[in-house]
Order: sequence, then structure tokens, then C-alpha cells
Amino acid sequence: MREEIVVRVGAKVLTPFIIMFALYVHFHGDYSPGGGFQAGVILAAAFALLALVYGLEAVQRVLPPWFAQMCAGLGVLIYAGVGVVTVLLGHNYLGYGALAHDPEHGQHYGIMAVELGVLVTVFGVMVTVFYLFAGRGTMKP
Amino acid sequence: MIAEHLPILQVVLPLLAAPVCIFLRNPRAAGALAVLTSWSALGIALSLLREVMSTGVVSYAIGDWAPPIGIEYRVDIVNAWVLVIVATIGAVVTPYAITSVESEVDRKRIPLFYAAYLLCLTGLLGITITGDVFNVFVFLEISSLSAYALIAMGQRRRALTAAFRYLIMGSVGATFIVIGIGLLYVMTGTLNMADLAALLPEVWDSRTVKVAYGFLGVGMCLKLALFPLHLWLPNAYAFAPSAVTAFMASTATKVAVYMLLRLFLSIFGRHFSFEVMGLDLILLPLALVAIVSMSLVAIFQVDVKRLLAYSSVAQIGYMILGLSFASVTGLTATLLHLFNHALMKGALFMALGCVVYRIGSVHIDAMVGLGKRMPYTMAAFVVGGLSLVGVPLTVGFVSKWYLILGALEKGGLWMGVAAIVLVTSVMALVYVWRVVEVAYLRDFAGDERVREAPWSLLVPTWALVLANLYFGIDAVRISAVARGAAEALMIGIGS
Repeated sequence: MREEIVVRVGAKVLTPFIIMFALYVHFHGDYSPGGGFQAGVILAAAFALLALVYGLEAVQRVLPPWFAQMCAGLGVLIYAGVGVVTVLLGHNYLGYGALAHDPEHGQHYGIMAVELGVLVTVFGVMVTVFYLFAGRGTMKP
Repeated sequence: MIAEHLPILQVVLPLLAAPVCIFLRNPRAAGALAVLTSWSALGIALSLLREVMSTGVVSYAIGDWAPPIGIEYRVDIVNAWVLVIVATIGAVVTPYAITSVESEVDRKRIPLFYAAYLLCLTGLLGITITGDVFNVFVFLEISSLSAYALIAMGQRRRALTAAFRYLIMGSVGATFIVIGIGLLYVMTGTLNMADLAALLPEVWDSRTVKVAYGFLGVGMCLKLALFPLHLWLPNAYAFAPSAVTAFMASTATKVAVYMLLRLFLSIFGRHFSFEVMGLDLILLPLALVAIVSMSLVAIFQVDVKRLLAYSSVAQIGYMILGLSFASVTGLTATLLHLFNHALMKGALFMALGCVVYRIGSVHIDAMVGLGKRMPYTMAAFVVGGLSLVGVPLTVGFVSKWYLILGALEKGGLWMGVAAIVLVTSVMALVYVWRVVEVAYLRDFAGDERVREAPWSLLVPTWALVLANLYFGIDAVRISAVARGAAEALMIGIGS
């Protein structure tokens, strides 16, 4: 596929839009179907597409395996960290009302923040799984 | 301020530490963090138990959403007790893991090992502490998925098939549980345990609730490895890294037993369970068959880890046997055996981990004459083994005492059950003796360089061994807590 000019250009053009769409699915998650999980999968799909067209090594230069692994852990930290922040602000764990003066806004911010954590983790795990399958036998986790 | 957040910290602390282990990337640092986390988890569990004993139920509303709308963490004496069991084992096994894992797991994977290990701890503590049935399922998945990964890290390639088999069986079990929870939700519109307990009596007659009961029962029996559903357990325990075996054998099945007690006694209530569904009549034969057949199978094992794994299935039979008595004494025996079995199996598997560390095998022929080469390790094994048999002055005796007491209380044909408990104790003596005979009565023939295991392994092992003796001699306080928990279970959380 590396010789197919249409595929190569197509993948390059599509990638930013896929990433944008992932962010849209994330930030529009509370009004329409979607959310962090779906957004993370779409974001990972962008890199999977690049890897299919340009080869695994090219993508791993941009997104090294260790970074993907970090992302998997970072998301959990973001999620659990939001809860810790609300506790420090004097509310119960994950009491998003603490995050803004208007509790309703707090709920919005809070859910966006934890969904961001979900996004990062899902993205990291998806990319790691893809790398492991695509690079079978060549890469040590 | 911290005190009111203890229920959530119990779960969130290991959850936060798990990803940090990945970031650290250094085996020693990750291990140190895991030790620190598991110790604080024990501290939290103990203070929760103390709080519950003095002031009663502790409730925590996650996200400021009052139960039953939001997720509630609800600590009463029953789960405070189980939290202490899980956290104690975690606090003892984690320092042990540092040395043990270094010799058994690929160095690059050790930080990931601790991440999975802490997630498993998170899951088990979460199942125990939550007052929301769907939350139970979520934590069940967290603990199970990390457990599959932990088992797959075993040295031999067969660890992979063992983990995969456990994955299949465990997923079937989890699916059954979530189907049961779903059906309950359909019938009542709530997931909160106390709320469910209050709403369920109205819909008891419906077939949906009975089907839900069946799904939950089968799902949880798979998880706790009750006799015909235990097939995943022996290989999973035999091929996992030593520290994982010690941890899982003393916590995972215990938490599953707790789940069974919580759902069937607290939520459905003893009336529905014992009088309508005949739970005792179903569990009694299964428990007896488990005890007798698995003790028999254990006698003929040549891999000592597998031997103890089969013995674990038999011991789970004792716990379920206590439940099938449908009495406070029987339940006290079950709850005591949760703790006691965790102590004895933890000690035994940790002793085996010491053996693996030095000679790389726990095949019975490889352990010939080890009693002289590794005196402290084998002494630990002997005390743990005696506890397993139920010799007086060990915790095993306390469990069996209450079991037999429960059987005698009921009289009649139950005398036979008491007899079976006694006979199977002798069977336990047979399989423990096989190892002792090989280790002590024969001359060492292996490598001359084999020495005693390092202190970093012996100290945690002996901590559990001494606990076996201490709680076997001074069982008053422990029994009081277990009896209080048993009474609370029989009353249910609704009323």
C-alpha cells in the first residue's frame, strides 16, 4: 500500500479530520451519543490508519510505544485525580459541584475532565494493543 | 477531614498508585510504592473496622449524590471484616512480592506487575466496600482482568493457557452476575443494596427474580470456585507467580464468598434464600462433595502448588458448608474461615514461594530433604499445614470447631456432616504429611549450594505463620467480630 499515491494522500488528508472528530465526539458527549471511550477509540484509529499506510516504524517515531503506555496510566490518574481535587475542595469524591461557583457548571466541567481521562486511557490502551498485534514478535511490552 | 473520606480512600489509594507504578518504570521504586500503598490500605481498613464497631454503619455518597440515586459506599461490620482480611493479606504479600517477583518475572514487566497487582487489590477492596450492585460488577471486572494478567506472568508458558482458561470461565461468571443484576434492576428500578433489600419483597413471586437469583448464584459460584465450577482454579494457582498465588488464594475467592453472602443474605434475605429458594439444600451436597473429592484429589498431586490449590477448593467447601447450615453459628464458621483460610493458605503458598526462589520447583521430588536445607521455610510450611489440618492452637482448629459446633447444634443427620468434617481433616493431614515426610525424613540430594531463603521472604511468611498461631490461641476477639457479622447478615440490611 506504500506505493499507492491515492491511499497515501487520502490517509494524510483524513488524519486531522479524524482527530478533530474524536475531539468533537468527546466534547459533545453530554448532548449526543459519544464520550471519552468512543473518542479515544477514534483517536487511536487515526494512528492505526497511518500505521497501515505508512508502516509501523513511521508512526512509532511520532507516537512511541512507551508514550502510549504512559497514556494508559495517565488517564486513570486524571480520572481519579479529579475526584481527589473535589475532596480537597471540601466535597465528596467526584462531587463535581465543587469545581465551579454554579454547581451545574461544575457538573459539566467535572464530567468533561473525567471523560478526558477515559479518552486518554482508551487511546493509550487501543494504540498499545494495536502496536502489540502489528509488531508481533518484534516488540517487547 | 480525612476521616470522613476513609471509605473512598480505601479504594482510590491503590487505584491512584497503580498508574504511578507504570510511570516509575523502576522495579524497586514501583515495589516500594506498592508496599506503602498496601500498608496504608490496611491502616484504613483497620480504622474503618474500629469506626464501624463503635458507631455503626458508615455510609459515603460518591459525587454528593445521596443514595439510593448515587453510588453509595456502605461499610458495616460484615464488609469491614472482609476489608481487613483483604488488606492484611495485601500488606503482608506485597513486601514479600518484591524479592519473589524479581526472580520470577521479567525485569521490564515488574512495574506493570505492580500496576496490575494494585488494580487487583483495588478491585477486591471495591467489591467489598461498595453498597451498589452494579459497582460490584465493575470492581469484579477490575479485579478479574488484572488477575488474568497477573497469572499470565508466570514463568512457565502454561501460565498463559491457565490464565486464558480462567479468563473464559471468569467472563462467563461475570456475565451471569451482570445478567442477574440487570434482571433485578428491571424488577425494582434500583441498584442500591439497601434499597434493593427493601423493594425486593414486593416482587418475590415473579419468575424474573428467581431467574436472577439463579444467574447470580451460578455466576458467583464460578468466581468462588465451588465444586463443579472450580476447574479454572488449580492451574491458575499452580502456574501463577508465587506472590500472586499467595495473594489470590487468600483474597479473591474470599471476596467472592463475601459477595455471595452479601447478595443472598443481605439483599434477598434469609427467608427468601433458605425457605423459598432452598439455597441450603443446593449448597450442602456441593460443599460436601467439594470437601471430600478435592481432598482426595489433593492427596495424589505431585506438584505441591497444585496440591494446595485442590486443597483450596476443598476449603472453600468448608466455607459454603457453614453457609448451608443456615444458622448464626454456621455463618460464624464461614466468616471465621474466610480469615483463617486466608492466613493458612497465605503462609503455605508463601513458604512454597521461598522454595521456588531457591530451587525453582515445587515438584514433590524436588523437595526431598529440604527440611535440613531450608529449616525456617519448611517449619513455616509445617505450621501452615497443621493449621490446614485443624490442630488445636492454630486458626484451622477454630474454624473447624465452629463448623462442628454448628452441625451439632442442628443435630440429627447433621451429625454425619460433623463426621465428614473430622474425616476430611485427616485427609488434609495425609496430603500435608506427604510433603513433610519428603522434606524431613529423607536426605537432601540436590544442589549443594541450596540455602535458606532470604529474610525478605521469610519475614512476611513468618508474620502470617505467627498470625496463624496467635489467632489460634486468642480467638475470642476475632470470633466476636465474626459472630457480630454473622448476626448482621442474618438480619439483612433492609430492616
